[in-house]
Amino acid sequence: MKKKKITQVSVRQFNKPVNLIFNIIIAIFALSCILPFLFVVAISVTKESAIMSHGYSFWPSQFSFDGYTFLFGQMKSQILQSLLVTVTVTVSGTILNSSIVSLYAYAISRNNFPFRKFFTIFALITMLFSPGMVATYLVTTNLLHLGDTIFALIVPSMVNVFNIIVMRTFFKRSVPDAIIESARIDGASEMRIFTQIVLPLAVPGVATISLFAALGYWNDWFNALLYIQNDNLIPLQYLLMKIQNNLQYLMQNAVAGAQLQGGLASLPGESARMAIVVVSILPIVISYPFFQRYFVRGLTIGGVKE
Amino acid sequence: MVLPGAIWMIFFFYIPVLANVVAFKNFQFSPNGFLDSLMKSPWVGFKNFEFLFKSGAAFEITRNTVLYNLGFIILNLIISVTFAIIMSELRNKRLVKVYQTMTLLPYFLSWVVIGYFVYAFLSVDKGLVNQWLTGHGGTAIQWYSDPRFWPFILLFIGTWKNIGYNSIIYFATVMGIDPTYYEASMVDGATKWQQIKNITIPQLAPLITIMTILAAGRIFSADFGLFFNIPQNSGALYSVTQVLDTYIYNGLKSTGDLGTSTAAALYQSVVGFVFLMFTNWLARRVDNESALF
Repeated sequence: MKKKKITQVSVRQFNKPVNLIFNIIIAIFALSCILPFLFVVAISVTKESAIMSHGYSFWPSQFSFDGYTFLFGQMKSQILQSLLVTVTVTVSGTILNSSIVSLYAYAISRNNFPFRKFFTIFALITMLFSPGMVATYLVTTNLLHLGDTIFALIVPSMVNVFNIIVMRTFFKRSVPDAIIESARIDGASEMRIFTQIVLPLAVPGVATISLFAALGYWNDWFNALLYIQNDNLIPLQYLLMKIQNNLQYLMQNAVAGAQLQGGLASLPGESARMAIVVVSILPIVISYPFFQRYFVRGLTIGGVKE
Repeated sequence: MVLPGAIWMIFFFYIPVLANVVAFKNFQFSPNGFLDSLMKSPWVGFKNFEFLFKSGAAFEITRNTVLYNLGFIILNLIISVTFAIIMSELRNKRLVKVYQTMTLLPYFLSWVVIGYFVYAFLSVDKGLVNQWLTGHGGTAIQWYSDPRFWPFILLFIGTWKNIGYNSIIYFATVMGIDPTYYEASMVDGATKWQQIKNITIPQLAPLITIMTILAAGRIFSADFGLFFNIPQNSGALYSVTQVLDTYIYNGLKSTGDLGTSTAAALYQSVVGFVFLMFTNWLARRVDNESALF
């Protein structure tokens, strides 16, 4: 008699044919999520004349890196300037955002903070009602005079009230009162307790909100759209947007004066445009495998019900 | 410790909320600063609102905003819950990780970049779709000036970008369900479908309610980036792409009509607030645990 093979009974599995069908469905969707990116990369390395005659295609009929040489040749100053703006804004914005959010959240998470209730409600109210785009715009430009300064790219996104609430719950759950009590008995100041005891315990939470803040700043174009006119303060995403709406903008920026009259047609406009897209998302794609793990863990923590 | 955050909230929430009085004024800039221009602008009562509602713009943009959001809520819910359940039952767990990594990518890219992606497919002379159409004997479609297809395009893109993110949230909860439920149901001879219907979905219900309330509370605010960048703010498409947020922006930046623009923004805030309160009240009625506050 043939022995029946005993395998571990798995309760959470489809049978084989169903499994295959669902794998195919999900795989098609998953592919649709990365194909556009590969498509744009392909266009960026296609020769301009090939794009002109055949349109965009997934497989370049003629390879050429003209788009990139153009970007880092004739357009170098604008690209580097925008990159500098984006990096500055992302780094300083992320640091400010995560420290302000953590401080606020920590304070309202502590039972012995006398105005805890007041400041919790003070923050919660802001989530219920929206002040509206125009009113915020007027206050930012006319009262605070942030228009056309680098601060207009940083300050409006400096605090995220939703993250304050998430972090408050996180502090409450992951920092036991007893640790703080004992530190206080040992004579530690509030600031010292926060930086040396509370923060190290809250690293996963802080990492998650910092990640969100960093992505938000890197991808931001909205504040630039509202507040920035000066070419020296244009972040990458907004530069992309300007070029999308107006391919001429790319040409004007690259070519100083009359030096290239008539030569406009030969400039690698289409491939250069896609090359900037690639340059602007490359940092995300490269760092993606590293932060995805943190991100998924952070989401899972946030998903657990109180 | 709360000071930096509190000051920010005063300047970026409490003062702007008060600045909404602009909606009731004929706002004029004064050289003596913001407060002066606010004080000196004459009151006009509800004139700005009257203009907004009589022009017919209010109806169209409200309809667009609400219908698109309803579409997103329904599509997102069905697709991401389905994907989450399917992924939790797939045999190859390593493949599931790969799928998640791939589907999450669009969530991390900005709308500007997604706008380029869409353009690569829909560009009138070079786009892949028109190339295919003409290659198969069809005629090219003027995507960026033909409003017929945009409701579908926008619903598709808006859902596509967020599916990965939403299904991970649901996936985490599905994976957290106690496996003994499934073991017991297997002993009773339940089919896969019965397991999903009677164990997985009921266990997901609280999260589904919360996510839906959150989305329903925002039914009056649109994703600005989607509606601005994907159709490239093309005027020919306004009838189907203009939502409250883009209308307010265009009023603020292009036409310079601050009064009407603020009126629209205030209308959006107030109705949005009412909606949030209503959905929360509804959630409390249905299940006290799942209400937000």
